[in-house]
Amino acid sequence: MSLKEKLLSSYLAFEDHLGIDSPVHDLRAHAIKNFEDHGFPTKKEESWKYTSLNSLLKKDYSIFPNKENTLELKDVKKYFLHDVDTYKVVFVDGVYSSFLSETTHDGIDVCLLSAALSKDKYKPVIEAYFNQVAKESSLTSLNTAFAKEGAYLYIPKHTEVEKPIEIINFATGNEAAILLQPRNLIVVEENAHVQIIERHQSLSDNAVLTNSVTEIFAEKRAFVDYYKIQNDRESASLIDHTHIKQERDSICKVHTFSFGGKLTRNNLNFYQYGEHCDSVLNGITILEGKQHVDHNTLVHHIAPNCESHQDYKGIFDDNSTGVFNGKVYVEKEAQKLDAFQQNNNILISDKATCNSKPQLEIFADDVKCSHGCTIGQLDEEALFYLRSRGIAKKEARALLMYAFANNVLEGVKIPELKQRINKLIAHKIGVNLGFNL
Amino acid sequence: MLQIKNLHASVEEKDILKGIDLEVNPGEVHAIMGPNGSGKSTLAAVVSGKEEFEITDGDVLMEGEDISELDPEERAHKGIFLSFQYPVEIPGVTVTNFIKTAINETRKAKGQEDMPAGEMLKKIKEKADLLEIDRKFLSRSLNEGFSGGEKKRNEIFQMAMMEPKLAILDETDSGLDIDALKIVANGVNKLKSDDNAVIVITHYQRLLDYIVPDYVHVLMDGKIVKSGTKELAYELEEKGYDWIKEELV
Repeated sequence: MSLKEKLLSSYLAFEDHLGIDSPVHDLRAHAIKNFEDHGFPTKKEESWKYTSLNSLLKKDYSIFPNKENTLELKDVKKYFLHDVDTYKVVFVDGVYSSFLSETTHDGIDVCLLSAALSKDKYKPVIEAYFNQVAKESSLTSLNTAFAKEGAYLYIPKHTEVEKPIEIINFATGNEAAILLQPRNLIVVEENAHVQIIERHQSLSDNAVLTNSVTEIFAEKRAFVDYYKIQNDRESASLIDHTHIKQERDSICKVHTFSFGGKLTRNNLNFYQYGEHCDSVLNGITILEGKQHVDHNTLVHHIAPNCESHQDYKGIFDDNSTGVFNGKVYVEKEAQKLDAFQQNNNILISDKATCNSKPQLEIFADDVKCSHGCTIGQLDEEALFYLRSRGIAKKEARALLMYAFANNVLEGVKIPELKQRINKLIAHKIGVNLGFNL
Repeated sequence: MLQIKNLHASVEEKDILKGIDLEVNPGEVHAIMGPNGSGKSTLAAVVSGKEEFEITDGDVLMEGEDISELDPEERAHKGIFLSFQYPVEIPGVTVTNFIKTAINETRKAKGQEDMPAGEMLKKIKEKADLLEIDRKFLSRSLNEGFSGGEKKRNEIFQMAMMEPKLAILDETDSGLDIDALKIVANGVNKLKSDDNAVIVITHYQRLLDYIVPDYVHVLMDGKIVKSGTKELAYELEEKGYDWIKEELV
């Protein structure tokens, strides 16, 4: 039985457990139909040209864990921030762990999507927002059909959330192979501010495939700072879909740090519905071995006087492969736009590959759009310059790689997180940090 | 200190240096002059270990030790410093962090501890003052957006910080106005001692008014064809290089 067939038959059993009066019942029915019609994407589709799911789909994934798995705090503590107090929404094999989480309903809601989907008091929010911005692709539909758990964050007007919120999905490896489909819903009301860190972490070498969907709604003057830490094991793959709807004067930033995992596909979509929105998409990708990361971004400019800034840096070693497919779509009404997109890549091995494809579709006539992409190697002249000052080759290479990625790192506004990412980079490049940048 | 014997070097199978002999002793200043394409910058690059050049014959000895197989960083650790003709721009690394890294990596190679932060700061301040470098300049990205003069001054600042035994100044005077030239030359002279040596590579005699050489060598077509004292530099300034060519024929 193929994975698709298994999913379709599992859905029938899953649907039996859900009440048909659930506000999302019709959405699910529609979604599973869409998945059934289109199936998993293949390389024949333009946007999947460089990323094949074939080998991933051959595994026999458990769709739901057979039993509830628990984790000891001491075993997973290192994946949390320590120096700053945080809210935590933690899932173990797709199931909420109240033991590891720190949620709240005090002024804001930092809790579970399962609760939001089942309790009456959340019904208006679910009806207003759930699945309202997620673009209908067969994989987001697959997630919608099975969506039952994830983080639910509701930040009311004029609220500045003082602690960052960590959303962490652990996979224990108690299943031989598991398919996880977390679903996050994040509503940030007028003039509210929030910082969010998301990570997916497998704890064993058993296969994990995560098909994640996050919807973010940034209302007037909202500020959302979102960090994706992708440093998973080589047995874990992630297909992420993050859809962000921005209203006027809102600022949304997504920083994606892709250092690990077998295959990572980031579908990051911004929709600017109001004037004076600012969207920031930053990324640092450092890969080795046979790792593959595909950044597929879209900034859809619908309203005038907006800005968007994309800056993705990639460093590829060994046989690793990287893809950047960045689209800026400018509607006729989106005049006076300032859109900037940059993707720079360094290949440090002869066998590494990178495909960079910027796409601009502009229907307005008074806009400023610029883009640039480079694929190159470490500058030999610069390397000699550093070495002639007594800096050994390995450190000189590391210094150049740091310098290359540094401006993206500067956007990280949580000091401990920045320090950790620094360490991860040092580890990836294989040096002890003898310098601070 | 530095002994170059019958040095032949090539790049991409093309012979550039065709038998150079040069001996530089502690306390000396040597000037190497010559027309474009004569091999001056190649000589500087070969001594400092640039990998694209291949030594096909001869020896390069530093304090009696053959350094021709050493990496650029190992030569730096032995006290060789090259002031680049075209310093490389490195966005994302500040001047201060770069020099701290260079000094501490060199100390590490010698089995020494990092320089204490206070001492480092004091030294940076002192050397920046010597070269009349604005403090703000030190927190800028290395050479990024620097004017030609700023880049050269920054090279000499690095030299002052690293305190090399042998400094090779590759066309440090190009791109400098007369005031900047004086500041740079003054810096070099202040750093000069009986224990270290300087090789000045230049097209023009102008710099040699300020950094006075003990010896002047003329490099043509990969060979030192004439050596003399500082008077030779005046003669070259006045008469150009053609008379030497004629002398050779």
